[in-house]
Order: sequence, then structure tokens, then C-alpha cells
Amino acid sequence: MQTADLSAIAADDLKLAAKIARQAGVGLDDCYQCGKCTAGCPMAHAMDLVPRQVIRALQLGQVERAVNAKGSWVCANCMVCSARCPQGVDISQLMLAVRHYGKKHGLRPEPDADKFDDAFVANIRNFGKSNEAILAAKYNLVSGHLLQDLGSVPKMLSRGMIGPKIHGVKDKKSVRAVVDRVLKDGGQQ
Amino acid sequence: MSDTMRYAYFPGCSAAGTSIPYTLSAGFIAKKIGLELVEIPDWNCCGTSAALVTDRDLAVALPARSLAIAEHNAATAGLDVATPCAGCFASLKSARDYAASSEQRRARVEAMIGESYSATADVFSFLELMAQEAAATAIEQAIQDAALTLAGLKVACYYGCALVRPASICRFDDNENPQSMDRLVALTGAEPVEWAFKTECCGASHQMTEPAAARQLIERIFVDAAANGAELIATACPLCMLNLDLRLAEVNKRRQEAGQTTFDIPVFYFTELLGLCMGGGVRQLGIDRHFHPAEPQAKRLRTLQQLAEEQAAREAAEAAEAARQRDVRKEEAARKKSEAAADAVPAAAGQGTVADEKEVHA
Ligand code: SF4
Ligand code: SF4
Repeated sequence: MQTADLSAIAADDLKLAAKIARQAGVGLDDCYQCGKCTAGCPMAHAMDLVPRQVIRALQLGQVERAVNAKGSWVCANCMVCSARCPQGVDISQLMLAVRHYGKKHGLRPEPDADKFDDAFVANIRNFGKSNEAILAAKYNLVSGHLLQDLGSVPKMLSRGMIGPKIHGVKDKKSVRAVVDRVLKDGGQQ
Repeated sequence: MSDTMRYAYFPGCSAAGTSIPYTLSAGFIAKKIGLELVEIPDWNCCGTSAALVTDRDLAVALPARSLAIAEHNAATAGLDVATPCAGCFASLKSARDYAASSEQRRARVEAMIGESYSATADVFSFLELMAQEAAATAIEQAIQDAALTLAGLKVACYYGCALVRPASICRFDDNENPQSMDRLVALTGAEPVEWAFKTECCGASHQMTEPAAARQLIERIFVDAAANGAELIATACPLCMLNLDLRLAEVNKRRQEAGQTTFDIPVFYFTELLGLCMGGGVRQLGIDRHFHPAEPQAKRLRTLQQLAEEQAAREAAEAAEAARQRDVRKEEAARKKSEAAADAVPAAAGQGTVADEKEVHA
């Protein structure tokens, strides 16, 4: 770990970092950098900033660094890190809060993950239920992953797992209204 | 906890799609044990992780709409909610807990869904529901009545993330070494193995969006199951199931190319194993709809009578073998004795030497 001159960190940066942490119900000072969260993280191998480094960046007021990193987007939200942190830091919630902040500010370092989630939410907004086939098709189109899982389609069809029938709620308007009301409000962010 | 085994049923989007075997097998068990599942009318998608990463409020509002309908609908009012899927369980229970945590939050939720919601009913996963005493006892009885067993089959019970974490929301079983599924599976006579990956993540939707990084999560689960002698993996979540079952072929292909051993470890819903032992057929339970063939393991099902006969045959064979070995030992002893008699003269000559030595030592 590098040494940092804490007095040189702008108060505004620290404030913003603390604000993001508050969304997660996390006190940044609680983390003593033991790395236990990261030792058990199943996705750490694919992260540029691992959970311990994400919280370290925020402790140092380096919000931009934390938000621009792929770490919080690669996070699978498995919550192992939070369950094992000896300090009770809800670090998986912090990863989520960093991702929310990035998404809100147009920073999406993992565009494919983002496209998938957007397609998923759009699917719910349209039908009220998730249609796996439509979702897969739409996601594969927007992400360019056209061939992924294509091999399993015949099996899925023959087993009745996917089909031409679109699942949906009857009262589509009410689900759409919920989604629009919440997302227009910008939520808790 | 509900007094009777009657629940408001939230099937989740996969119930009529990729997790048909879960729906079929859980439905079969429900009939056998008198578990009533009253479907929530016009329920909507829980939002799962996609809603959560989009917006915290969306992750509360989507499940809250269905929970509110359950409260308002006469057939489901007052009932606790049950869902097969671990992801739906996490979404529904988190939303319910959020609304129940303060009057102010409950009012926020009502404003978001545009309906009243009291947040009084609790939420249960099928695993927790079936692990509760009343259901577990009825399951045990039904298995006894069917007189069927999966004895000898080694099972790795896989819980994944959302059924046990975070503990503050799940309030169910240990989040590092849970036992509820192990106990249920043991009712079939099968043998749950100890292994280290019970609550490791399967990669969830990252298997779609981050395939390169996430595939090894699946492979590691199979590696550890195999290392601990498991012949199949049991799961309680449609997404865990899809990720493991669908992608095993790809894992095996990679391993084969790398010159490593491949895995013949099919993945079952825990309800399929229970259903088999209650007399459900392979097709009836959906076991023929897996990607990696699961029928061979299902064929390990035997009647208790067969098991007893096998055991008797094994014991008889063991007894016969023991008798044979006794005879061999007897013959050996007799042979040694006659050899000793034949050697008697040289042995007697040698005795003098021993006696001399003793004298020297003294
Ligand atoms: S486990 Fe907790 S205290 Fe340790 S580095 Fe991670 S967040 Fe910090
Ligand atoms: S929640 Fe995210 S950061 Fe935490 S252990 Fe899981 S994948 Fe890693």
C-alpha cells in the first residue's frame, strides 16, 4: 500500500465518497484493509480494482478511480465479502453503490453487463414478466454476442423451456407505471 | 410461519420456462404432503439482480407490487408467500423487510406501487418451507410409504448465494455450511457429502454478460464436488441449475482439450430427488429435461425390498468369504503344524545354541 498525505485530499472528494458509502450503509473508516473480503471474492480474478481497493479508493476520496474501475460492474453481488468482513462492512452494498453512482453519471466501464440489465428491465416494463428467449435475443443483438448459447436453443425448444408464447401480466399498465414512477424519481440515489 | 401448509405462491418467471422440472417435482411433492400453493394472481417479475443494479427502489417496488396483490386477493390474503427460486426469494424478502422496517419506508413503498401494502406476510423459499418440521415430517412419511431409496448415491448439496446471504435477510441456516438441504436429501437414503463449495457463487447472470471471467466459477464447483466423491449436485435455484447444467458440456469440452478428466455429475433440483423417492416417475418430475443426462443417476432408485435383498446378498457373500478365509487359515495352520513336525529334529538341535547364549548374557 502506498502512503497517502491525507491532509492533501480535498474535503469535497471525501464528502462525495462518504455520501456514496452512506447509500450502502457503510462507514468507510470501519475498513482496516485486511483483505478478507477480497480473499473470498469469486470474481476478484477479473477485477481491476478488487473490493479492498475500491473501499481504499473511497477512503482516500478517489471517487473517480473507484467509479471508473470495472470492479463494481464485475461484482456478481454474491455477498460473500460482506458475510466475511471482520469489521461488519457491507462491502457488497458498497460495490453496488459505486456502480449506481457510475450508471447515474453515464460511466459504464462494463457496457455489456449494463446492456443486459437494461434489456432485462425493458423486458419487465414491456411484459411485466421476464421472457428468457426475448431477453437473450435482445441482449445478444445489442451486445453482439450473437452466437453465445445458440447451441442450446434446439434443446430448450424441444423441452418446452422456450417457445413462441410470450409470458406477461394482464395488467401491463400497472407494472409499467411502477417502473416509470420509480425510475423517473431517480430512486433513492 | 404459517400454521397450515398453505402459502401464497409466487412461481417466478422461470417456472414455466427453464425450470419446468422444478415446477413439476415441487408440485408432485406438494400433492403428496398436502402443501397448498395458491398462485398470486397477475404477479410480475421480481426484478432480480437487473432491477437491483439499476436502482434500489426498483428492486423494492417490483416485488412489492406482487406482495401487495397477495394481500388484497381473497384467496391469498393473510398467507405467507412461498417461491421456488432463490433469486425471487431474495427480492421478495428484501422488499418485504424494507417496507416492514419503518412506517416511513412502508409509505414510500405504497407510493411507488400506488397501492396499500401492510408488509405483514413473511416470505419463504421452497427449501426453507420443506425443511420446516411439518413439511419435513410429511416428506419423510411419504418416502417411507413409497418404500423407495436412493441409498448409496453421493450427493453434493449446493445452496448458492441468495438462500443464505445476507443472513440478516434470509434468517435461515448457516451461510458457510448450511445443512437444511443435506437433511432433506438424507431422507432419500442418499448420502450428502461434505464439500467446500456449498455457498460459492455460480456467477448468476454474469454467465451471460461476463462469460470469460465467470465460467471458471462453474468449473470450480464441479471440481470440488468431484474431489469429494459426489455423483450428482443438488440445487434449490433455477439459475444455479441452468448455469451448472447447461454449461457443464462447455466445461467438459475445455477440460478434454486440456487433457483433464471430464465430469459426469448431473445437476438435480432437490425436489426431483425427493419426488423420485415418493414414487414420481422420471418424466413426471422433469428429470428427462436436463441438459446433462440425469437418468442414469435416477436409475439408482431402488425399493427398500431390493435394498434389503441386496444387503442380505452382500452379507451372505461376506459370510461365505469369511468362511472361506477361515478354511484357508485352518489349512494353513494344519500345513504349518505338519511342517513343524517334520522340522522337529533340526529345531531341537538349535535349542542348545539358544541356551548357550542365555548363559552368556546372564
Ligand atoms: S474485509 Fe472488511 S475490513 Fe477487511 S478489507 Fe474488506 S472491507 Fe476492509
Ligand atoms: S459481492 Fe461482489 S465483491 Fe463481494 S465477494 Fe461477491 S463478487 Fe466479490
